Amino acid sequence: MVTITQTTTQGPGPARKQGRWRRLPVVHQLHQSVGIQRGMLVAGLVLTALFVLAAIFAPLIAPYGFSQLRDEDGAFGAQQPPSPEHLFGTTVGGYDVLSRVIWGTQTGLGVIVVAVLLSIFAGVALGLVSGYFGGWLDRVLVVICDAIYAFPTLLLAIVMSIAISGGQSSLWGGILAAAISITVVFIPQYFRVIRAETVRIKSEAYVESAKVVGTSNLRIMFRHVLRNATRTLPLIFTLNASEAILTLAGLGFLGFGIEPTSAAEWGVDLKAALSDVSSGIWWTSIPPGLAILLTVLGVTLVGESLNDLADPRLRGRRAVSAASGTVAETSVVPGGTLSAGPGGLAGLENEGRP
Amino acid sequence: MKPAPSRSRKRLGGNLWRYLIIRFLLIFPTIFILVTLVFVLMRTTGDPITAALGDRLSADQLAERIAAAGYDRPIFVQYFEYLGQVFTGDFGTTLSDNRPVIEVLFVYGAATLELAFYALVVAFAVGVPLGMVAAYFRDKVPDAFLRVFAIIFYAVPVYFAGMLMKLVFSVWLKVLPVSGRGTTNTELEMQLLEGKTGIYLWDALRIGDPGILGDVLSHAVLPGLTLGLLTAGIFLRLVRTNVIGTLATDYVDAARSRGVSEYQLVRKHAYRPALIPIITVMGLQIALLLGGAVLTETTFEWKGLGFQLTEYLQARDFVAVQGIVVLLAVIVAVTNFIVDVIAVLIDPRVRY
Repeated sequence: MVTITQTTTQGPGPARKQGRWRRLPVVHQLHQSVGIQRGMLVAGLVLTALFVLAAIFAPLIAPYGFSQLRDEDGAFGAQQPPSPEHLFGTTVGGYDVLSRVIWGTQTGLGVIVVAVLLSIFAGVALGLVSGYFGGWLDRVLVVICDAIYAFPTLLLAIVMSIAISGGQSSLWGGILAAAISITVVFIPQYFRVIRAETVRIKSEAYVESAKVVGTSNLRIMFRHVLRNATRTLPLIFTLNASEAILTLAGLGFLGFGIEPTSAAEWGVDLKAALSDVSSGIWWTSIPPGLAILLTVLGVTLVGESLNDLADPRLRGRRAVSAASGTVAETSVVPGGTLSAGPGGLAGLENEGRP
Repeated sequence: MKPAPSRSRKRLGGNLWRYLIIRFLLIFPTIFILVTLVFVLMRTTGDPITAALGDRLSADQLAERIAAAGYDRPIFVQYFEYLGQVFTGDFGTTLSDNRPVIEVLFVYGAATLELAFYALVVAFAVGVPLGMVAAYFRDKVPDAFLRVFAIIFYAVPVYFAGMLMKLVFSVWLKVLPVSGRGTTNTELEMQLLEGKTGIYLWDALRIGDPGILGDVLSHAVLPGLTLGLLTAGIFLRLVRTNVIGTLATDYVDAARSRGVSEYQLVRKHAYRPALIPIITVMGLQIALLLGGAVLTETTFEWKGLGFQLTEYLQARDFVAVQGIVVLLAVIVAVTNFIVDVIAVLIDPRVRY
């Protein structure tokens, strides 16, 4: 049907030594892309790399500690305008704005890594089992996941963080609370995608033949189904990473964040800066806000490009688009929207054209 | 690939009424699951009274209040009681300011509804035409520009966008008010109005004073724009993708071969069929809109459900939080139902 998707999902075939790295998820798409799409992908990769580098080298780059209030010349002072000592000035609480923005990358990266890892494992396992075995368990899980999926993520995250920490947070407590809250929101997304893929793959000839020769269910699930169902994961990963950053910051902004003394978090800083804005103090809000914007922008640009490149219709060559199928058959995230999961649109489109 | 349409749908064979009824009944398990989830999660940390007043009352006083409210009974008993109460519309009484939660919901829900209305107006007015433009100029400069614009509006946190707008329009240019829904004078007039709805635009129209109407509208511009542009970015992407999708279909090719102009193709042939998936996904966006409303209201001190939710969160008043969250769950479930009904009425194929 669609040749492109197959190249990325090749199982253990004849070893093609040269160009193997070209088949790695992101590298492959980089080669595949042209023109504006390549520009978007490269821009996204650069921004994402900057974010990760800043997180790794934060102790070296940041001029001060994230909770540092004074140096040898005395206290920093509150709401100081930008100066050579403090490039972006100081906050209401007397912290150095630039340092907190840089340290904030660590918190963000920590939350992304924990949240995405947890939700991939839980979501993939549930989706695989649910789709493979079917039955009442499948139906119950689908209904629960649909209910959670339809709910505003931020509200669910708030409820979760109340459940986990009662709303007060230390550094790791805060990161974990935020990460787990976000995980609960994301599990349905992985669940839906993996389940749909599993249901499709389950009826393929190679799975049937594996069954005939007496392969165990466990082995079929992991060796035959899972390997072929994971092509969409890099894409959802990028979409979720950006959502994780926004949810973390949203929690912080609503007062469910990490204490400023235990870690730097952009949402908390923006909440503190809210009252500054009315008195014309711009330097406390713009740097952390831009940090969120650029991070999410970078990750989203990568995700958006991956989505387009996975969908031949959107890949940008007229000739290809004419020969390819409908959206529902080929698109990873139907409709190409960030929030539209593969239940809503694909269901509709497919039903129309059985 | 198909994510398993529910079994009931398959058996319907195009009977509209049966589809509608079954779809309607599906609302209840959804709400039930969310109410249960919220209830269980909120209780894992303990009872609401300790959370809200634990540091202000002595142990004896606390125990007394807990017993009075019935929080010392087994959790199952409390759960079934809560379910029964929610079913009859009784959400309890807030702990921090002693008001019936249902009253809070009605008073502040009107404000949130008004904000959501403004946001949707902005989103439709901006997102849909621009999405068609992007599809028309696909892969050319305007398209790239618009897509980056859409991604930026997705990537910027609403509260940061709101703060920037405040900074530019309220503080530097001084053309629009910083926050709130009206000046003190307007708020006063609203309070005095007989049979007020809480929707200021409506109430202002009824008062009929152009000054008040202008005041209400000027307060609505920034919050409406902030939340609206976030949603517009999503609409833009949706319209673009779907119009491009329908532009690749055979009947559009047929129309093109008859000499229909590209503009007409986008405007007439591709846009209409693209609307169906757009409407469906818009149903999902209501959740995002509500989440965004919570943040926007907090940014602009727009006294709606979201603003109030933040206040109650700060006060650790979990009875009120629970009520608001449950109401929002109901709104989401009902909206999704309505959207599905609209989709069915537009496109008979969906019925199956």
